[in-house]
Amino acid sequence: MKGRRPSLSRAAAARLVLILSFFVLLELLCRAGVIDRVTMIPPSEMVVALAHIIVSGEFNQDIVFTTANIAAAAALATVAGFFLGAALHAVPRVRRTVVPLLSAYYAVPTFVFYPLLLVAFGVGRTALIVMGALFGTVAMIVNTVLGLDHVPPAVARTGQMMRIDPLRQLLLVRLPSAAPHLVTGIKLAVSYSVIGIVAGEFILATAGLGKRIAFAYNNFDNKSMYGLLLLLLIGVMIVNGAMSAWERRLHRRFGQQ
Amino acid sequence: MKSKPLDFLATGVAILLLWQGLCWLVGPDVISSPGDTLARAAMLVVTRAFWGHAEATLSAFALASLISIVGGVTIGLCLGLSRFAAEVADPILSTLYSIPKITLYPLILLAFGLGLSAKVAFGAIHGIFPVTIFTMNAIRNVAPVYHRTALMMRLPWYSRAARIMAPAALPEMLAGVRIGISLTLLGTLIGELFASTSGIGFALMRAMDIHAVVDILALTVLLFGFAIAVNAAFWLVERWVRHGS
Amino acid sequence: MEANLEVQISFRGVTKIFPGHDGQVDVHALGPIDIDIRSGEFFSVVGPSGCGKSTFLDVLSGLTAATAGTARFEGKSLAGRVPEGVGAVFQQDASFFWLNVWDNVAFGLHRKGMAAAEIKRRVDHALSLTGLAGFARAYPAQLSGGMRQRVCIARTLVLEPKVLLLDEPFGALDQQTRLLMGDELLRVWRETEATIVLITHALDEAAMLSDRVAVMSARPGRFIDIVATGWSRSRDSTIVADERFGAITARLWSTLRTESIKAIEQGASSLNAVKA
Repeated sequence: MKGRRPSLSRAAAARLVLILSFFVLLELLCRAGVIDRVTMIPPSEMVVALAHIIVSGEFNQDIVFTTANIAAAAALATVAGFFLGAALHAVPRVRRTVVPLLSAYYAVPTFVFYPLLLVAFGVGRTALIVMGALFGTVAMIVNTVLGLDHVPPAVARTGQMMRIDPLRQLLLVRLPSAAPHLVTGIKLAVSYSVIGIVAGEFILATAGLGKRIAFAYNNFDNKSMYGLLLLLLIGVMIVNGAMSAWERRLHRRFGQQ
Repeated sequence: MKSKPLDFLATGVAILLLWQGLCWLVGPDVISSPGDTLARAAMLVVTRAFWGHAEATLSAFALASLISIVGGVTIGLCLGLSRFAAEVADPILSTLYSIPKITLYPLILLAFGLGLSAKVAFGAIHGIFPVTIFTMNAIRNVAPVYHRTALMMRLPWYSRAARIMAPAALPEMLAGVRIGISLTLLGTLIGELFASTSGIGFALMRAMDIHAVVDILALTVLLFGFAIAVNAAFWLVERWVRHGS
Repeated sequence: MEANLEVQISFRGVTKIFPGHDGQVDVHALGPIDIDIRSGEFFSVVGPSGCGKSTFLDVLSGLTAATAGTARFEGKSLAGRVPEGVGAVFQQDASFFWLNVWDNVAFGLHRKGMAAAEIKRRVDHALSLTGLAGFARAYPAQLSGGMRQRVCIARTLVLEPKVLLLDEPFGALDQQTRLLMGDELLRVWRETEATIVLITHALDEAAMLSDRVAVMSARPGRFIDIVATGWSRSRDSTIVADERFGAITARLWSTLRTESIKAIEQGASSLNAVKA
């Protein structure tokens, strides 16, 4: 390795060209009127709207509200999902019957329970956060079980030989070994929490990006709507990208398991 | 394998007990009891209005699934067969898959209006990505030793594709279709929640509006049942196709 | 020696260089190799990991074209095309999991428009030759690693190849199974009168099975020693008791030891280069 900066690989260059061409095409179709303004505003105007939102700060409270909700829901989903997954993994007979049921979970829009949660927790953030967490928990459970499956038997047995209590074994020996899959689970928990929170805010909320987007939609305010959607999209992509990079690094470091 | 039907029964009973316990804890305004819910579900299943909604959902779901599967498999095949194309597309597909489709929802509504096409579009964009990604990876993951074996047998490319690559990739492709179909159902139902005057999703939305707790739960239970049945069917086919491997 | 003395495979100055991707250096994997392999011979190649043994087999089978030099099979240049009459068994399990044993073995025969009776005769014969007769309806997933390798061998045998190439076929198996598979391989060799080229990292395996053993150097792989064993054709694994066996193995190791150390240093230096 000579210390020469590697030029962009062929694949990365092709990707860049592909993405740029797509946006240029979209821009042209919008400007030419093939895509009418009622449906979608040109990408360039979306970016302008986004810049305006950031600079003016008129939606700052909502951004903070939604971000905090997502963070809380994801954290809840991660922790609950991990311990439930670990419990499930410990009892293979229960696991064999429950896991097939879990695979059907994401076919059903469970945020229809939102009104029920509102009654249970009152109108406020708690219902929203619980719902987001419920949506993300199952992904974490499935990946926790998978990750614990992949702990090499030798590692698990070493933990047993250390003669520490089962909880410490789980957290200090098996959890780190299962890390690559757990990070995948966290990534999915975050993704699903986003969907749950935003969908909930669409339906009913006191504040938040979902509420503002729904409001803008109902008032034909495409500029604000697309600006906010772009903000949400970019935020999600940044967080997801960071988690994916972490996931990849762990898989590389841990090698084939 | 230990007596699996007994395990399922035990798990079912446990779930019902937990459910009932929860119901006592939070009251009937939050969750209706298993008894009430299942009774309502049984009643719905013999109601004509229910089947009217179910048919609307099923036809949208079927159409969206068709698009997801045919589109996903076709694109996935093309990408899987070309190493360069797969390398270029992989990060793009992962990113698109991870985008919460709910962000595209307003756009779909504006583009397709209210009605069947919006539902189908929304269902399709949920399902097409996992099918594509799984198909692409299924082709890429075909053991290289199979390819070398085929070359040593001097098989022409179409024989290699049909007799070796297709059966070897099939289990993973089926897994992708299974996941894709689950998500397609989700997308179709979400589409119905806001953009429709018919369908189970619409029925759910109406129940939510009038806070008919029993109806919400009964419909959800029926949906779960349907999803589990579809998943189970796919599991069985996948297991048969793997022949134990 | 009972083997036919006619030269079947001939390499002259065969070299293989893999071009580097995205700015990396070219890899000189093999050669120059000069060797003549005789028809009906049992010829083995031993060498340290990564020395180019598999590349040698790839050129020999026609899966890869040589970068320089000529590789000939029965007088005709190979030129990166798989010739008729050459079969290969690889280290990884190549049995098709979606077919049972019988269909696996019969796989290569369907193309030739062969009569069903002839297919049945050949498949049944191959199954009995490899000891799989009772497992015709089983699926690979139900079989052990050794059985699956036998399926791959049987699948190659039905095509009645003149040359059988084996790339560390028993590498994933335990020692006892390996020795028994060696006996089976010798039986197959005698019955089919095919030429066998075996790549292995096990010196004892090469020494006991082969008519000649070639020792390959560390990368780039070249033949630095060729040992003729002089065994009779009717040998089996009990040949290890013969007094010459120890001498042959010792000679192989004395050559191989230096090369193995070189190969380890090669591996270590490339790792350091990555860190730099």
